[in-house]
Amino acid sequence: MHRCSFGTRLTAVFTALAFLGALLGPAPARAAGKLKIMTATTDLAALAEEVGGEKIEAESIARGYQDPHFVDAKPSFLLKLKRADLLIVVGLELEIGWLPPLITQSTNPKIQVGAPGYFDASRFAKILEIPTGQVTRAEGDVHPLGNPHYWLDPENGLRIAKGIADKLTEMRPEDAVYFAQRYADFEQRLKQAVERWLAEVKPYAGRKIVTYHRSWPNFAEHFHLNVVGYVEPRPGIPPSPQHTVELMQLMKRESVKVIVVEPYFDLKTPNAIARETGAQVLVLPPSVGGEKEITDYFKLFDYDISKLKQAFDATH
Amino acid sequence: MKKVVMVSAILFLCCALRAQESPAGQASGGNSSAVSVQETRMRTLEQQVRTLAAEVAVLRGELKAVRDAKSAEPASDPRILLTSAHVEPGMLPANPSSIPASAPPDPAPGAPQMAQTQTYGGATSNAKLLNPDISLIGDFIGTAGRNNVSPSRSLELHESEVGMQAIIDPYARADAFISFGETGVNVEEAYVTFTSLPAGLLMKVGKMRADFGKVNTIHNHALPYIDRPLATNNLVGGEDGIDDAGISITRFLPAPKNWFMEGTAQVFRGDSSTVYAANRREDLSVVGHLRGYRDLSESTNLDLGISYSRGHSNLGFDFGPNFLTNLYGADATLRWKPLRRAIYKNFLFRTELFWSARDQLSPVNIFQTQHAFGMYSSAEYRVNRRWTVGGRFDRSGHATNASLTDTGFSGILTYWPSEFSQIRGQYRFGHLAVANPGDFSLANEFLFQFLFVMGAHGAHPF
Repeated sequence: MHRCSFGTRLTAVFTALAFLGALLGPAPARAAGKLKIMTATTDLAALAEEVGGEKIEAESIARGYQDPHFVDAKPSFLLKLKRADLLIVVGLELEIGWLPPLITQSTNPKIQVGAPGYFDASRFAKILEIPTGQVTRAEGDVHPLGNPHYWLDPENGLRIAKGIADKLTEMRPEDAVYFAQRYADFEQRLKQAVERWLAEVKPYAGRKIVTYHRSWPNFAEHFHLNVVGYVEPRPGIPPSPQHTVELMQLMKRESVKVIVVEPYFDLKTPNAIARETGAQVLVLPPSVGGEKEITDYFKLFDYDISKLKQAFDATH
Repeated sequence: MKKVVMVSAILFLCCALRAQESPAGQASGGNSSAVSVQETRMRTLEQQVRTLAAEVAVLRGELKAVRDAKSAEPASDPRILLTSAHVEPGMLPANPSSIPASAPPDPAPGAPQMAQTQTYGGATSNAKLLNPDISLIGDFIGTAGRNNVSPSRSLELHESEVGMQAIIDPYARADAFISFGETGVNVEEAYVTFTSLPAGLLMKVGKMRADFGKVNTIHNHALPYIDRPLATNNLVGGEDGIDDAGISITRFLPAPKNWFMEGTAQVFRGDSSTVYAANRREDLSVVGHLRGYRDLSESTNLDLGISYSRGHSNLGFDFGPNFLTNLYGADATLRWKPLRRAIYKNFLFRTELFWSARDQLSPVNIFQTQHAFGMYSSAEYRVNRRWTVGGRFDRSGHATNASLTDTGFSGILTYWPSEFSQIRGQYRFGHLAVANPGDFSLANEFLFQFLFVMGAHGAHPF
């Protein structure tokens, strides 16, 4: 008889646990402490810090030198997500391979998809390369909603910052003036910086480059570069010998002298192409934190533009 | 107002008459020079009319060419197939080349049909916005070689797993995985997860793979090998493992600094393949799991777990209700993945230990508890973006007869054409016990597997 009642007792324990949990209720909101913001990528954390200043703490899940398509959903992120007031994501299915289980398992109702603390930055940005017509994986790992590397257009950075400022104001109305001032300051500094960057790249307008992955369309459009080919035959597909040969022919024909590679890709194929075509391989971080000195959104463009200029000058 | 309009009209008429009169007035006072001016104007006008006529002819030609190009295929047959229409034999022209490319198009009847098609398609695509993410994973397995104890088929579409995942409402999401195998359909998992519960609780309700160790939670297609370890087959219910209808509650637990601790408690009906059987409503089974995780560095981490499960064995109620099976498990996983080269190089070592205490009747019908032990250790190393090598060592007693022990090892090679397909080969050696202790059979097999993923891009398990 003793063992017979085991199941019943266990069910009762479970029910009691559930009720206990319900009675305990959610943890009381921290009053006037710093808003805890988790972001999918470092660029979004950098933008949040620009407008949030000392009123927030922002941390990114992915590192700047990591491929944002492939991030491990480590349990250590769960603890951080559990405490977050706001989660800012890139969206456009960039994080589809790792973020959904983290959000679900975080047990944080504030940051669930659609909740007020879930912020999809792509809604504020100008998106390029939205596929039209039939979308199939014959084209590789395509993003049906458009290219998710949109933060590399500083105007998108400004739009996202405005969105974040509005969201922070909504969450902390008492700090509205502070966020508005921070945003205005960021806007002014960014506009000045964009003028400077555009002046710096003006002599190289229309230069043809090849990139490893399709990470740079927004950057290329804003700074008037011409991406004529990719080391990957299709997005997410490793380089194949045939495509590499075709790319080398294209680069020779079009006199392309710079191959831009993101820091998380292997340099073997780009180096081989460079040897054959006389081009230069340029490792260019697409995100804040991609190199030690890239500590904020401005330094990302400072670094990339200065490296590009050096490469263009060296291969002229 | 009317007066204003009438005055305006009269003024306008006067102006018009005056305008018409003035050249006449000029002509009346004129002579031969005026006539020549008129002739010149007439010629200019004629020239303009000819130019316009020529332009109209060119435009007509272009319009015709555009219509011909657009309607060359569908206009040849008055029946227009909607995307939803079922194509019967004979509906399509037998010889497509016989279609006159320049058949005169008839845009009038075509237009509404096209509009209808577009409306239909538009409505469908809008409805699709709320469809769940749907995927299908095909798992084709072939086996060659010798295995007299547990032979598998030479070629089989082992399973086709349909996954459907969606957010249900602001408080829950649902995941369903339905597996179509060679022998039938099985709801592998279908559960709702409540994500917004108070007190940091995460609750799952439905049918699910129990949180017992690691390998029990992993779907076939996500395993780093083609088969499951011998210990799973001998002690934890085989391919399906502990997979049952029930309720699961998970919560993060207070932990030492830099550690992540998580506890899971699950109650199931008590029917799980060969492990548990519920003869009565009270014969529930339970699973408890405690997980500890720590990042050793940015690229290395350690994942530890202990598990416990208890349920009624499948001897049947006739033998009494007290035949229980207690399962204990321990698992350890060490991962290394350098972030800058995560897609090219990584390493994973995993080991799991299982202890089974199964109540049963001895051959002479005496109550006894069989204590069996099983384990496996596996390692996998990604050599480059496309190739992974791995190995596994297995050793396990039989749950019903602990004196029978199977041993085996495997070597595995995996090739990834892309993220969405996978080709794998596995050599498997087995030293498999047969009926009497001491007797054994050797198995030498080669397995190969083709996996393909279609549809939504599911998250990778960690």
